[in-house]
Amino acid sequence: MSNAPVNNGRRRFLTAATSVVGGVGVVGVAVPFIGSWNPSARAKAAGAPVEIQVGKMQPGQLVRAEWRGKPVYVIRRTEETLQALPKHDDQLRDPQSVEPQQPEYATNEHRSIKPEYMVALGVCTHLGCAPTYHKGTFEEQVEGVKDGFFCPCHGSKFDMAGRVFQGVPAPLNLVVPEHSYPNEDTILVGVGPGEA
Amino acid sequence: MKKLLIALLTVVPMLALAAGSSVHLDKANNDLTDKESLKRGFEAYLNYCLGCHQLQYQRYNRTFADLGIDEKEGVANWMPTGEKPGDHITNTMPAKEAAKWFGTTPPDLTLEARFRSPDYIYTYLHSFYQDDSRPFGVNNKVFKDVGMPHVLQDLQGLKTIDEHGNLSPATGGTMTAEEYDAFVRDIVNFLEYVGEPNKLEREALGYWVLGFLVILFIFSYLLKKEYWRDVH
Amino acid sequence: MNNFFAWIEKRLPLMDAMNKHAAQYPAPKNFNFWYVFGILASVVLVNQILTGIWLTMNYEPSGDGAFASIEYIMRDVDYGWLLRYMHSTGASAFFIVVYLHMFRGMMYGSYQKPRELLWIFGMFIFLVLMAEAFMGYLLPWGNMSYWGAQVIISLFGAIPVIGDDLTIWIKGDYVISGATLNRFFALHVIALPLVLVVLVFLHILALHEVGSNNPDGTDIKKPKGSVPPEEQSKFKYHKQYSEKYDIVDAVPFHPYYTVKDLVAVVVFLFFFCWVMFFAPEGGGYFIEAPNFEPANGLKTPEHIVPVWYFGPFFTILRVVPDKLFGMITMFAAIGMLFALPWFDRGTVKSIRYRSKAHLLNLTQFAISFIVLGILGTMPATDLANMIGRIASLGYFGFFILLWFYSKNEQTKPVPERVTG
Repeated sequence: MSNAPVNNGRRRFLTAATSVVGGVGVVGVAVPFIGSWNPSARAKAAGAPVEIQVGKMQPGQLVRAEWRGKPVYVIRRTEETLQALPKHDDQLRDPQSVEPQQPEYATNEHRSIKPEYMVALGVCTHLGCAPTYHKGTFEEQVEGVKDGFFCPCHGSKFDMAGRVFQGVPAPLNLVVPEHSYPNEDTILVGVGPGEA
Repeated sequence: MKKLLIALLTVVPMLALAAGSSVHLDKANNDLTDKESLKRGFEAYLNYCLGCHQLQYQRYNRTFADLGIDEKEGVANWMPTGEKPGDHITNTMPAKEAAKWFGTTPPDLTLEARFRSPDYIYTYLHSFYQDDSRPFGVNNKVFKDVGMPHVLQDLQGLKTIDEHGNLSPATGGTMTAEEYDAFVRDIVNFLEYVGEPNKLEREALGYWVLGFLVILFIFSYLLKKEYWRDVH
Repeated sequence: MNNFFAWIEKRLPLMDAMNKHAAQYPAPKNFNFWYVFGILASVVLVNQILTGIWLTMNYEPSGDGAFASIEYIMRDVDYGWLLRYMHSTGASAFFIVVYLHMFRGMMYGSYQKPRELLWIFGMFIFLVLMAEAFMGYLLPWGNMSYWGAQVIISLFGAIPVIGDDLTIWIKGDYVISGATLNRFFALHVIALPLVLVVLVFLHILALHEVGSNNPDGTDIKKPKGSVPPEEQSKFKYHKQYSEKYDIVDAVPFHPYYTVKDLVAVVVFLFFFCWVMFFAPEGGGYFIEAPNFEPANGLKTPEHIVPVWYFGPFFTILRVVPDKLFGMITMFAAIGMLFALPWFDRGTVKSIRYRSKAHLLNLTQFAISFIVLGILGTMPATDLANMIGRIASLGYFGFFILLWFYSKNEQTKPVPERVTG
């Protein structure tokens, strides 16, 4: 664009060098503008880990909590329920939990840290409705399976480890959030074991 | 240009005269980089001030992080039980009742150091004296007829005032004058920190930005020189 | 790709416009230090718009939430403190560069024929800028925000008959309240910036139509055919300029002034960042200490003074003993600036070639203006008011005297071509 009569290497070098340094400046200026879109301290405080007391839960009971605006389900599974889990593997989409819907430490057949307690987000992986807990009445949905979760919106079905059944709209197992046990009777949702 | 400057130099002192003088304040000489002092100030604030004066814009966990207190330790030792680390540093004093007790609601002190200056707080906490005509038996030289009792009286003791308005040294406190100075300096330091928690970060970033601009100046100046060789 | 650009160019001649306004715009080659403030003002404008947009993302325009939301931005939002300081420092920087820009125009007669309209647009920008700054200053909802607005809005109460109703209408309440805050917010972030941007656009268009003045006040566009080819500027200019005139002593704006202004912008940013990172309160003038206390209609700050950039006009208002007359005088002070092209009946533009009397007059004007500004930030004592009255006389006297002596002024001969 320049219509300067002379043009030499020095001029080109200085133009390039100034542009590069200036470009670094522009990137630098962009940092606060982009950075300010991150969750603020207020959002982080509101999204802080949530403690759930499980010491007084009855076998088979479900407790709901809220973490980062989502329902968290904690179920205390009975021995019988745990025994029944592998029996309907052939009816599930992802029985081995291959899809990364759970942290590393919950990638096992009961999808939890302690077999007894299941922790999952009560958010259907289809369109985000909250599945309802069918305790002892799940046979209406899947023959031979006593307990499970049924999503009232589009009929998706999950077992007692939050694994999705075949032939329903939901594509994936329920999400198991990061969680840990600061002590025997407390589940801390939002922080994995050994973190923070 | 020169004439303008000379004329201004003669006028400005006249203006300063016209403005009049204000109260003399002692220097706080606090040091924001001294984390131990900040921690002591934080502790003193929690023990002596927070009962009435909230820091409603400052969060506990931010304070822990900036002062180098481990969050777990902070939750265990520096916070009321039942509050979350992300909560603001507040108290439970009902504002209406407080207004009845003190004549006014005790102000929030998050921004006090920016509103008044650290030196002001430092001097203020040194300026209580005995005045039996006041509800709490004390008055303050820099904040006349203040509604607040001398909360640190057990530590400092009490000063008296003579007819010329001079304060005597404090007597009857558990701290020596030097100890009390240091104690107050820590509180002032903490309040300056709370007033602008990112002050040190701001200044640190400032050096980088100015340094960058010097480099950009060198290149852009050489570029300008280069192009303007064309112009005769 | 070239076809694509040709296709665009045929329908909207963008490249042509770029050439006309930058790469082939003839700018006098002798611009000095004083000619950087226009560019600096645009830089600050962009800064204010960007940081302003980002601040609205977290600011809460309500009486209950405004003050806390500023502290939220300062503490909880990543880099929020930086965005806020960029905006608050930018506000003061805006007035510094605009005042210097205006003074440049006065020194070199840039308001004189044929640049009167350019000057008028500039004055409107200044006026809108003051309204913008005034409304923006209420938004932090600190105690000085509140009382500063209180004082300025109550000025309108001095207007006979409708005054009281007018102040209530402006406030939308019987006191300054959330209602006032919300309407000021709407005007500050949407209405006035739009007007400002349009005015800046017109200001630049008007400038490029008549061409830039220069420190010698000579004309770089000579009648076509009057200058021998070897003396004409050797650069290529847009045909709109070169077909009508022989152009001398000029350089194309780009790259010569883009690289020169870049240096100026960097130097400016250095000082700007210095203040922003190491003294963002600007010694208590950019962010005033009472504004660290929330708005409180029952507690007046010790000295209510407007922000420093309103100082000169506030002092003029204050030193007049009568409220209504004081307001008229203050608006007249701004009106005088609007009418400057017609107060000056001279034909020599630059201070370099005008009379000693004009130099003295302009100097005393500058001093008066600065003194008025300093007084505006101080409490009104008797002495201050007396000095203020003298300075006000100096302010108005400048225009009156100018009108008298400029008709038959003893000027030096103006050179045909620029010097240096």
